[in-house]
Amino acid sequence: MTDSTIRRAVYTVIGVLILAVMLFPVYWMVNASLQPSGNTLTAGFLPLHPTFAGYKRALSEQGDNLVTSMIIAAGTVVLSLAIATPCAYALSQFRSRWVSVGLLAILISQMIPGIVIANALYTAYERIGLLNSIPGLIVANCSSGIPFAILILRSFMLSLPPSLVEAARVDGAGLFRAFVAIVLPISKNSLITAGLFSFLFSWSDFLFALTLTTKGGVRPVTLGIYQYLGTQVQNWNAVMATAVLSAIPAIVLLVAAQKYIAAGAIGGAVK
Amino acid sequence: MAHATLTPTSEVKAPGPARRSRRHRGESLTKVLFVLPAALAMLALFGYPVVKNLLMSLQDYGLRTFFTGQAPWVGLQNYTAVVKDKLFSDAMVNTALFTIGSIVFQFAIGLGLALFFHRRFPLSGVLRSLLLLPWLLPLIVSSATWRSILEQDSGILNRTLMGLHLVDDPVPWLNSPSVALIAVIGVNIWIGIPFNVTLLYSGLAEIPDELYEAGQLDGATGWRSFWYITWPNLRAVASVLLMLGVVYTIKVLDIILGLTGGGPANATQTLATQSYEKSFIDFKFGQGAALSNILIAISFLFAIFYLRSTRRAIDE
Repeated sequence: MTDSTIRRAVYTVIGVLILAVMLFPVYWMVNASLQPSGNTLTAGFLPLHPTFAGYKRALSEQGDNLVTSMIIAAGTVVLSLAIATPCAYALSQFRSRWVSVGLLAILISQMIPGIVIANALYTAYERIGLLNSIPGLIVANCSSGIPFAILILRSFMLSLPPSLVEAARVDGAGLFRAFVAIVLPISKNSLITAGLFSFLFSWSDFLFALTLTTKGGVRPVTLGIYQYLGTQVQNWNAVMATAVLSAIPAIVLLVAAQKYIAAGAIGGAVK
Repeated sequence: MAHATLTPTSEVKAPGPARRSRRHRGESLTKVLFVLPAALAMLALFGYPVVKNLLMSLQDYGLRTFFTGQAPWVGLQNYTAVVKDKLFSDAMVNTALFTIGSIVFQFAIGLGLALFFHRRFPLSGVLRSLLLLPWLLPLIVSSATWRSILEQDSGILNRTLMGLHLVDDPVPWLNSPSVALIAVIGVNIWIGIPFNVTLLYSGLAEIPDELYEAGQLDGATGWRSFWYITWPNLRAVASVLLMLGVVYTIKVLDIILGLTGGGPANATQTLATQSYEKSFIDFKFGQGAALSNILIAISFLFAIFYLRSTRRAIDE
């Protein structure tokens, strides 16, 4: 073994240790979810006697809420992408002085706190009857999905050669036909990235769930966890089991779509 | 677009001015249709709330409004009411401490980790992407997890600290007004590190290796190479990151509500949590709107300050 192989092995060990420290809370969440029920947290470092009682309870109490969250997140993905994709294409390919206006508007929108949107939507929803409704929450969650999807998709579409679409146009396809037949298929990767993030944003939403629902009918799982925490916590294992179940989409996406996630984090921020 | 399906020969035959302008007009209409849904959505989801909040902040918009539909104009009364509130200065200070504390440590630790992972060793790529997990978790999930870790009597942190004899009595992380803000900032640092690592790493990756090779010839190694090569080339990414950091951190609400709900004894109230409480707990939407407008104003001032300073840096 040369010196540099040893040194690189030492770096790997240090890297694993750093990761272990950073991800300890995630491990602890899983560990605590497998402990027997009780209102104290006397868990050891390892779940030596794992029990699924917490999950049983979590599924019976929060199962409906998980389904609600799933529907809302899926709806947000569809609506956000349908609205953002054509706009991203326009902002990347059309030459107009309005492009910079549009981009500036998107950047400014990032400065607006969710509570401002919640304030206004609450009063509007109250009047048109969208409080405590799934469509109401889907629309509200699009406020994080749409701007982000536009930025991600645009940064990809900037690299599309205009000749691609022009070739189709010469063959007689209209602007919209060319967009659907050529731009959309070729943008598959960035559509997946934008879709994943819209899903995560909506799945994680807590503020709109908290403010735009007033009674129990529609309750996303984030709100379910908050209500667990609100009262004196009686069953930590059920709380942590719900937390684990709510973390699954993030974990699955990170493992299955690693490259999209990193690309999304960078693309959405820098471009 | 019927005319687009005409035979190619008529295309070649140099269309007359009238036809070209009609095609052009059809085209610009289609182009508008590409943007229209998004423009309307942005207006509804951002434009309308901003205007509505400005109006509400000038009205007596409270519980009664929802029954009578009346919200009398009160001028700047909401603003004077929230500024005079004894919690306002505490909330301002907490917001500043929370924002600055979070960003300084997120950035410093993020930069250290980015430099470390930039050394490219076996598994560095996998480890770096797994590091993103805290950032992807729903904030309320992180809050719940940290609540269990920081729990005073049986949380694992206090049990470990006492087991190691680092403290004699359990630290009331979230229960004491003097430590709660520090604990909340700590959790927010943990959440923000991955994002900082990812962006700073991408900035590092874009610095050409030749610069370091050339620097080595001039004796720039170790700290000197960081100071004279890495940092100047990282400044653009770093400044974007810091601005995004301020804009995003100043409006954080979920984490604080999940961890402490603004307590104990209002020790972790910020402008954002105060605005939430005024609107949705006290149902004083006018005052809640006034507070959130103050929040937006601070965010804007900072962004303008940032834009001017970076523009000046580019001009130089």
